[in-house]
Amino acid sequence: MFKKFSKEDIHSRSNVKSSIQRTLKSKLVSQYPALELVIDELIPKKSHIELIKCEDKIQLYSVDGEVLFFQKFDELIPSLRLVHKFPEAYPTVQVDRGAIKFVLSGANIMCPGLTSAGAKLPDSPGLEKDTIVVINAENKENALAIGKLLMSTEDIKKINKGHGVEMIHHLGDPLWTFSIE
Amino acid sequence: MSGLKEVIYCEVCSYPPDYCEFSGKLKRCKKWLNETHPDLYAKLYGDSGDDEVTNLGKKLVESSIGEERENKLEADLLKLQKREENKEQRELAKKLSSKVIIKREARTKRKFIVAIQGLEVFEIDMKKLAKTFASKFATGCSVSKNAEKKEEIVIQGDVIESVESYIQQLLAEKGLQDVKVEVIDTKKKKKPTTNSTESK
Ligand SMILES: [Zn+2]
Repeated sequence: MFKKFSKEDIHSRSNVKSSIQRTLKSKLVSQYPALELVIDELIPKKSHIELIKCEDKIQLYSVDGEVLFFQKFDELIPSLRLVHKFPEAYPTVQVDRGAIKFVLSGANIMCPGLTSAGAKLPDSPGLEKDTIVVINAENKENALAIGKLLMSTEDIKKINKGHGVEMIHHLGDPLWTFSIE
Repeated sequence: MSGLKEVIYCEVCSYPPDYCEFSGKLKRCKKWLNETHPDLYAKLYGDSGDDEVTNLGKKLVESSIGEERENKLEADLLKLQKREENKEQRELAKKLSSKVIIKREARTKRKFIVAIQGLEVFEIDMKKLAKTFASKFATGCSVSKNAEKKEEIVIQGDVIESVESYIQQLLAEKGLQDVKVEVIDTKKKKKPTTNSTESK
């Protein structure tokens, strides 16, 4: 999603009012219930939230200068910076060591990279197609990407061919290196 | 107590340190990590204090992918590192061989502007610097494109000396004190207006 993103893609920036801040926070919690415990730490009451509207209908939300989540459609998507602070809250898949460098180059993730010995998918019933997932890697502590399931995790296991996850955001992409001011 | 995880990011490659091996900058990453977070360094690369800075360490290479694929991967990562190093060297050489031009031009008989060209090579945020100058000299300062379509900072006012020392200092902070800073002062010439190529 951010492959070619740059500062030129920013259309407008505006401050988010505190009433909207509350709505955003409860929306995040409703999408990721485990965040309830830490939401006030992630986004403290007096934080400065900015909405950055970009090309392609992408909207970034920065909290005290750090982009913590974004959206293209209705759903809020966490940035890796947010995930790293509290990784437990998100549906997660794991790729094997061999897939890491492809993920970091921005490629979609192929099914075999998600089903091999070093990979991990949630147990049945698993996750539905289109779920936003955090991508971890074999023997690594931190997440390296955020993606969207192109098929359900059960189908990934069964079919084990083709693209399983669409790349949204990864370490080193323009969103990762993006800084405001 | 905080329920949040404090994540360390590598100052060299920006990744969490467990991914430094994929950044192509591993040599410098390891040096940085060893100096700033020796405990984490030991955890990732083993505490044998190995001198082989490119060595990945046992811990990292133990995985499901098998020896053959691991060897291939490590060869690829070494290639990546080589590429990255060459790129860094080229960029440094480019920086060192370019120069900054600071120009004083007369606007009217008593009004001057100072234009700074050639900063784009040095990863200096021109807009931010323009703001800094504007408040430092309490004057107008903007970034505009010159005749060669390159961005330059234009400061209203006769502030060439202060600008020069500020730029020198800025370059020195980046370890680029050897970069040439050329000062062109049209004030000293008899017919200052003929030197001005700009028309605005
Ligand atoms: Zn690093």
